[in-house]
Amino acid sequence: MLKAVDYSSDQDVRWCPGCGDYSILKQVQSVLAEFEAKRESTVFISGIGCSSRFPYYLNTYGMHGIHGRATAIASGLRAVRRDLDIWVITGDGDGLSIGLGHLLHALRRNFRLKILLFNNEIYGLTKGQYSPTTPEGHRTKSSPMGVIDHPFNPLALALGADATFVARTMDRDPLHLRDVLKAAHAHEGSAFIEVYQNCNVFNDGAFFAFTDKKTKANNTVYLEAGKPMVFGENNDKVLVKEHCGIAVDTLENAQHPLVHNPGDLHQAMLLSRMFDLPETEMEQPRPFGVLYQTHRPCYEDLMQQQIQQAVEKNGAPDLDALLAGDTSWEVH
Amino acid sequence: MNEKAPKLLEKATILFAGDSGDGIQLTGFQFSQNTALEGQDLSTYPDFPAEIRAPIGTVSGVSGFRINFGSQRIFTPGALVDALVAFNAAALTKNIDQLRNGGILIVDESGFSKRNLTLAHIPEDQNPLDDEALVNSYKLLRFDITQMTKEALVDVPGSPKDKTRSKNFFALGLIYWMYSRSLQQGEKLIAEKFKAGSVAFDANIKALRAGYHLGETIEETAVRFRMDAAHLAPGRYRSVMGNQAVALALIAASQKANLPLFYGSYPITPASDILHELSKQKHFGVKTFQAEDEIAAITSAIGAAYGGALAVTGSSGPGIALKGEGIGLAVILELPLVVINVQRGGPSTGLPTKTEQADLNQALYGRNGEAPLPVLAPASPTDCFDITYAAAKIAVEHMTPVMVLSDGFLANGSQPWKFPAASDLPLISPPVASEHTEDYQPYRRDENLVRKWGIPGTAGIEHRIGGLEKQDITGNISYDAENHQKMVNFRQQKIANIPVPDLAIEWGDPEGDVLVLGWGSTFGAIREAVINLRNDGVKVSQAHLRYIYPLPANFEELISGFTHILVPEMNMGQLLGYLRREISKPLTPLHKVKGVPFASLEIEEAIRQLLK
Ligand code: SF4
Repeated sequence: MLKAVDYSSDQDVRWCPGCGDYSILKQVQSVLAEFEAKRESTVFISGIGCSSRFPYYLNTYGMHGIHGRATAIASGLRAVRRDLDIWVITGDGDGLSIGLGHLLHALRRNFRLKILLFNNEIYGLTKGQYSPTTPEGHRTKSSPMGVIDHPFNPLALALGADATFVARTMDRDPLHLRDVLKAAHAHEGSAFIEVYQNCNVFNDGAFFAFTDKKTKANNTVYLEAGKPMVFGENNDKVLVKEHCGIAVDTLENAQHPLVHNPGDLHQAMLLSRMFDLPETEMEQPRPFGVLYQTHRPCYEDLMQQQIQQAVEKNGAPDLDALLAGDTSWEVH
Repeated sequence: MNEKAPKLLEKATILFAGDSGDGIQLTGFQFSQNTALEGQDLSTYPDFPAEIRAPIGTVSGVSGFRINFGSQRIFTPGALVDALVAFNAAALTKNIDQLRNGGILIVDESGFSKRNLTLAHIPEDQNPLDDEALVNSYKLLRFDITQMTKEALVDVPGSPKDKTRSKNFFALGLIYWMYSRSLQQGEKLIAEKFKAGSVAFDANIKALRAGYHLGETIEETAVRFRMDAAHLAPGRYRSVMGNQAVALALIAASQKANLPLFYGSYPITPASDILHELSKQKHFGVKTFQAEDEIAAITSAIGAAYGGALAVTGSSGPGIALKGEGIGLAVILELPLVVINVQRGGPSTGLPTKTEQADLNQALYGRNGEAPLPVLAPASPTDCFDITYAAAKIAVEHMTPVMVLSDGFLANGSQPWKFPAASDLPLISPPVASEHTEDYQPYRRDENLVRKWGIPGTAGIEHRIGGLEKQDITGNISYDAENHQKMVNFRQQKIANIPVPDLAIEWGDPEGDVLVLGWGSTFGAIREAVINLRNDGVKVSQAHLRYIYPLPANFEELISGFTHILVPEMNMGQLLGYLRREISKPLTPLHKVKGVPFASLEIEEAIRQLLK
């Protein structure tokens, strides 16, 4: 049986010391061991960016592609190889800026891929420009007077593309990270996982509101299927339905605490919109966990089905018949 | 019985033209099939309107189908036509310039109503059919084809409007009579297209017969022709269009290499027919993926290639531009990939439905870094099969992307094709790495500098590859200066090492005054020009480059026997510029960038100029 270390390649890991990527790599290796993943049938595909170095550090198959195209490369691979366990590693620049189109199309097609989007709200590898998830007003190398782009809400985007599995987790909560990875691995379809990842060099503390001991409890709500959405320092707050939205109430007062149902698209959409800027005191907590999960046939399976149907209809392939076409004639 | 014996022809060109709703393409196809069954050689070319649904009756809505056929070998769809069939005024206005002096002009009078004239921008009082110059220049045969079709179909159910739909078959019947074709054969071809007993079938058969009989009643005034069969090499033939031939070759290569076929593509004129053709052949295990854009089309194909498929992406110039980075990735990964460029007029969106050869520089140089890849170009619609097959074989056996440069003229042109037996196709041997290969290294190379294809799923050789420069042998990331030079050299030399067939003198002697050296779809026009001038005693020969990069080993030697080398291209001299880097012998350019192919006369003229 393989242990987590057996999934490590012989390459030196080159992320900055303290980078959140280390934790994610470690948890991925550990769940691979837990699944008893076969190294030969596990593939990691990435684009370009700090996170995209990921495949080099795993002793499985892997491809470090070009900027933004990991989901498209993985889609093609999955289309021809339904036997492989394919993971996509991307980031907020790679997956939401230059490669957003491919990401959304992979999600709507529902290729069976586990797509890990490491969100650090910054461009790390190119040394500190703002990304599509950097909050407005944020000062970076390319926005000395503050970002004027409105940021993307990755989970809302994924839901908008009809993703069949949408989750959020963070580098600093290894246990939760592993649970989400396991749920994603079991999902038959595209699994989109946003991982909050701290870039301690260019955007240190972007998610401290959700990870710091002092603020975490009030700013995060961990979603668990079938359980009320309780949170807070003393576990005394809960999410409730209010008009068309979601509000915070005390557990004591709440008549109808919201119970998490990952199959409820409407509720998932409301949860995804709980996207207040992370201040120390946020009005609404940010949800973590599997927001949404549903089932829809995978593109590659439908593709294979059509091939089978065509064989049933037209018989086994006959190259000579194909070359001869419908009408041919003899020249003597 | 016809008293006058039909006149014997060696070749003829007919142009069918009418509104896009008039069934022009179908008429053309049926006549082509009939011609092929007569054993004559032929070449056809459609002229679709650029607009999808241009208003009925307007010049921009005219659809044309041209066929050049003969008892001698036919190399092009012809220049000036001998007969023009025009279903309306717009079709006449648009195409009359293509009819040779003294040629036959068949018109449907119903298509010259007041309204038709207005739509064709002809002043009402100037009906061309009454124009004396026109009547004197051509053999005008005017009939009310629409009315006669309706009369012929009185017994067939349907509205009068429905019945006029068969007017193309009425005209076809007349043309069959005129070229001494058998009516039975024509009826058989209708039966292949329409369900026997259906209203459309009955109507078209009746219209065809009526048109044929019209011929018999006008035989006193009309000319009639006959033509012998051509001396084609014996064997079984079919008709094939360039894009269709590309698709067939890809399937054939996938079968012979025993690799599943993956085609990633985004709709674009004039390449989309490859996607359509392949998506019809799913029972061959073909996986067609209509991607969200050109970049996903190529990168999905790269993913498929990584997974062990015969991966292909196809497009036209603007799409190839978008694929540039992906092609570079395939170059550095050293994965097999076939890239088809069906060229069209550029730059930018340019002339989507017109033909051009101006993407050669893009194919050779259109990537960042040193990113060499083989560039092949088919010479004719049937050659699209051979070249695409060869490209797939090279890609797989040499682990490299390969570019095939077709063009709009080849893509839509059709020819009789002596198709091969599957068993006669060359074997394709993918260099796949086996399980637990001892000390497998992804970038270890064989004597041809080809690496082994390590496909995910293969136990014991797990490894990572990527777009960063890699260390020789191991494939690990390397920023080492010497290593980079080494890898650049390897990738260059690997392509240079690919054996390609020697260049041959296609026509003429191995020595002489002029060698016309072409590439791609100019082949037919060059051949005609060379044949014509040789008949006049000019010492001219033809050679045609199908393998542009790397060049055939005998290239310099072969061209050394000629005083002048003329290089005709539908661009501003791209092959010429490339060859000038490779060889010192002076070359003479011949450019034409008008969106239309060369006429053989233009090439003849250039050769004569050279010898002045
Ligand atoms: S720049 Fe930021 S994201 Fe990139 S490796 Fe360093 S800490 Fe990690």
